[in-house]
Amino acid sequence: MTTTAERAVGQPIGRVEGPDKVRGAARYAAEYPVGDDLAYAWVAQSPVARGTLTDVTVDPLVEADDVLAVLWHGNAPRLAEADDPELAVFQSDRISYRGQALALVVARTLEAARRAAATLQLDIEQEPHDSVLRTDHPELYTPEKVNPNFPSDTASGDVEAALAGAPVTVDVTYRTPPLHNSPMEPHATTALWADDDLVLYDSNQHPPGVAASIGGLFGLPADRVHVITEHVGGGFGSKGTARPNAVLAAMAAKVTGRPVRLALPRQALFSMVGHRTPTIQRVRLAATADGHLTAIDHDVVEQSSRLFEFAEQTAVSTRHMYAAANRRTGHRLVRLDMPTPRWMRAPGEAPGMVALECAMDELAVVLDLDPIELRVRNEPSVEPESGTPFSSRHYVECLRRGAERFGWHDRDPRPKQRREGDWWIGTGVAGATYPTMAQPSTARVRRLSGDSYEVSIAATDLGTGARTILTQIAADALEVPVSQVRMRIGDSTLPRASVAGGSSGSASWGWAVTGACRSLRESGREEATFDSSELIKQQEKDGKHAFGAHFAEVRVDAMTGEVRVSRLFGMYAAGRILNPRTARSQFLGGMIMGMGMALHEESVLDPAQGTWVNHDLAEYHIPVHADIESIEAEWLDEQDDQLNPMGSKGIGEIGIVGSPAAILNAIWHATGVRVRDLPARLDKILPHL
Amino acid sequence: MKTFTYRTATDVAHGLEPGATFLAGGTNLVDLMKLGVATPDVLVDVTRLGLDEVADLPGGGLRIGAGVRNSDLAADSRVRRDWPVLSQALLAGASGQLRNMATTAGNLLQRTRCRYFMDATMPCNKHEPGSGCPAREGDHRNLAILGASEACVATHPSDMAVALAALDAVVQISGPAGERTVPVTELHRLPGDTPERDTVLEHGELITAVDLPPLGFAARSAYRKVRDRASYAFAVGSVAAAIQVDAGAVTDVRLAFGAVAHKPWRAYTAEEALRGRPATRESFLDAADAELTAARPLRDNAFKVALTRNLVVSVLEGLS
Ligand SMILES: Cc1cc2nc3c(=O)[nH]c(=O)nc-3n(C[C@H](O)[C@H](O)[C@H](O)COP(=O)(O)OP(=O)(O)OC[C@H]3O[C@@H](n4cnc5c(N)ncnc54)[C@H](O)[C@@H]3O)c2cc1C
Ligand code: SF4
Repeated sequence: MTTTAERAVGQPIGRVEGPDKVRGAARYAAEYPVGDDLAYAWVAQSPVARGTLTDVTVDPLVEADDVLAVLWHGNAPRLAEADDPELAVFQSDRISYRGQALALVVARTLEAARRAAATLQLDIEQEPHDSVLRTDHPELYTPEKVNPNFPSDTASGDVEAALAGAPVTVDVTYRTPPLHNSPMEPHATTALWADDDLVLYDSNQHPPGVAASIGGLFGLPADRVHVITEHVGGGFGSKGTARPNAVLAAMAAKVTGRPVRLALPRQALFSMVGHRTPTIQRVRLAATADGHLTAIDHDVVEQSSRLFEFAEQTAVSTRHMYAAANRRTGHRLVRLDMPTPRWMRAPGEAPGMVALECAMDELAVVLDLDPIELRVRNEPSVEPESGTPFSSRHYVECLRRGAERFGWHDRDPRPKQRREGDWWIGTGVAGATYPTMAQPSTARVRRLSGDSYEVSIAATDLGTGARTILTQIAADALEVPVSQVRMRIGDSTLPRASVAGGSSGSASWGWAVTGACRSLRESGREEATFDSSELIKQQEKDGKHAFGAHFAEVRVDAMTGEVRVSRLFGMYAAGRILNPRTARSQFLGGMIMGMGMALHEESVLDPAQGTWVNHDLAEYHIPVHADIESIEAEWLDEQDDQLNPMGSKGIGEIGIVGSPAAILNAIWHATGVRVRDLPARLDKILPHL
Repeated sequence: MKTFTYRTATDVAHGLEPGATFLAGGTNLVDLMKLGVATPDVLVDVTRLGLDEVADLPGGGLRIGAGVRNSDLAADSRVRRDWPVLSQALLAGASGQLRNMATTAGNLLQRTRCRYFMDATMPCNKHEPGSGCPAREGDHRNLAILGASEACVATHPSDMAVALAALDAVVQISGPAGERTVPVTELHRLPGDTPERDTVLEHGELITAVDLPPLGFAARSAYRKVRDRASYAFAVGSVAAAIQVDAGAVTDVRLAFGAVAHKPWRAYTAEEALRGRPATRESFLDAADAELTAARPLRDNAFKVALTRNLVVSVLEGLS
């Protein structure tokens, strides 16, 4: 049977649900028909950043027949204690940020709900607010740990002495703005109670997690909450846990006794569901004259809300990127009257590697050394902080091979040398890394009549191709063609899966699916279930990362400061690539989001109003088609048998790690202008041209 | 959204109902209604008035119907040949889908993209007179450097209007008090103390057409727009220009700036400074500076002065 083994994994199979999506047959959370008595909900959000809500009055003229309920903390059902205070909706009179949900109107029609919400009178005692992140904020503190469970501070050797004694140093501060995930499908829930059980059609990245947290709030065991998440139009981390929309819809359905639908409007996605914290990062590097790092210091200042300590792990990738005897990383946090940050694609790595990889470029310039060569000279043999060997690390190969493919060898290192017409042209490079993780999951496989198999796991497909890859993995483990595998995911009642996050979905779910399918095949039974928990518990966690290198060529208009990215190239070493077609999309998508981070994306704070003032996709810019000229991703054939049965590493996030730095470094090379405050808009470049 | 009544107007006179708000492509008005910024009681759809033709005017020039779609106007072969600046400006705006819906009059009368104006929960003198102008101290990176007031620093966002202002186009208006014409350069107001009024139109006045007068040298004209991404974004600076050069000297010129003021900014001072001068970089720079001495930038939009200056030079050099 060896000829049939492994024939599906590695093939560029198209998405199995692709035809349904193209025909509009794929259903999203707000699209399920659930009965004629469906009611619609609309959220009234706080117009102030801090205060208390003392009363809510409904305009009697508006509260016509169509309005079924108006919920707020004065009348809402009490919920059990929430782990995530953002889910304790209407449980207190405190207002913690502008845009927080203060009331919910439930009505027979969407229009009526919306109109009534707009005319609600919210009596608020407003208090002065504080919304500005700064390095001298008196309330900065060191959190106990940063996400998910790293020490906030690490130190070894004597950084100050190394800096003082080094012939070459760099001391730079980079700022990244608040960013919003902005998935195409907004957060949405259709909720209904069937007897005492709760059914939620909900857009999220983790159906079993949502079932457990919503169940907890309403005093139900997780198995009495049925979360259906068949298709998800993106999440980028912002749907990793239950969001307030799920709680509100469930609450409204309970109070009205009807199914209730709540789809958040785009504007609400800019406050209620999470964002990437802004960061202020100081990086100090010390090196010998021949470019060997003697000290690395990465100090991060970032924010969270009054509600919840969300401490992003911004400097964590600095702990394993480069060798240096003296090292320090640290995170300090301030709690502001702003919404709670959450995960956004490569939380920690994406902003952290902007500062580190731009600082490395700045060091290369001071040393008059090629930036690739500088990185190669500081390649560590083991994880510098933990001392753990890498399960595989092909960073140098990515840099070298990438340089070849991109055409780096004859680059003039001096800035502002290439001009074509009005365009200054330059190139830049930056490293990429992302941790390789797997989380416990369980899968079940059943032999169906005929020669097909049903494989079940409560995973979700955010549009990434997860369903397709799991089908391929199952087919190989069963030693059958993919056409004989029916993959069931997106339902909390299926065997428990981990979250679609941390680029760990394919590894975690694929592990469980492989185990179940192999067990069925080997035992010859009709059904088999496999739980990967024990194997994962025994596994070494340190030393496992994907690596990559990003290359960018930009042109900058000498008259206007406009930046265009002529070429963007990524070379990755990310274990075994399970499906080159969907993998390529993940890499390119990450790189494009990296371009957005470098050049376009920014939630603009108005300190006086205590909020971000751009909150739709006309004003919050992400790259459009015309911004993408040449973009390519390639990968090395990396073998690593210490990871999981597939030998795969996560690929969903690494594309956004380092790609912004490559673009910023290219802007410097083109123009001699260092933009250290993202995004690199023309007004930050033009005055220096 | 507030409940409203909807009617379709079938002839101009019939459309002029007091208190009505005209609906054309709806690409701006409907958005503002959804945001709660526009709250009309009566919507009168003016897209069935037959104002969707581009006709030749007797002495040369074109009469552009108020309802002509932006896509159609941009593609019109006469426009592309004789007034390329207009076609280019249209094509630089919005997206293909939006241009298929957007109309000539609707485009002229689209409202500012000031982020406070577009958020009904924010104070803003334009949507709530007397409530203040948070943009002045807050977010104003893309707001006005010319002609603004204490009360309002908004910009007019249209690309098309900048080209029309440069080309001396004239707006044909039909209203309860009869018909009148207003040059595009005088259609929009400066904000002064009454920023709630964008234009000189009286309530109930309908734009029926925009006349484009003949301008021989407009065959050499261009629109250059700068924005924060390659496409599908409003201008942060733009210049519409047409120039006539004879024996190395500027004999005539038309110049207008976008994204700098509450109206498309016709650069009369710069034009005056250029006429008769050699068509050189120095003259172009001097002319731009002459116009821009009036600029009063705010904390975060001073870059627009240099940007507009560079655009003037770059566009005029390209044309001459
Ligand atoms: C995402 C986005 C991006 C955009 N980008 C750009 C851009 O880059 N550049 C640009 O220039 N524009 C841009 N636009 C704006 C677009 O050009 C305008 O929305 C459009 O031109 C408006 O035309 P309309 O026919 O849809 O007007 P409507 O929305 O129907 O009406 C606009 C206003 O005009 C009034 N009106 C309409 N017709 C008449 C008439 N005959 N007489 C009197 N009053 C009338 C209406 O009452 C209303 O007040 C963008 C819009 C969007 C949504
Ligand atoms: S600039 Fe004008 S439109 Fe913007 S907030 Fe001020 S008053 Fe309102």
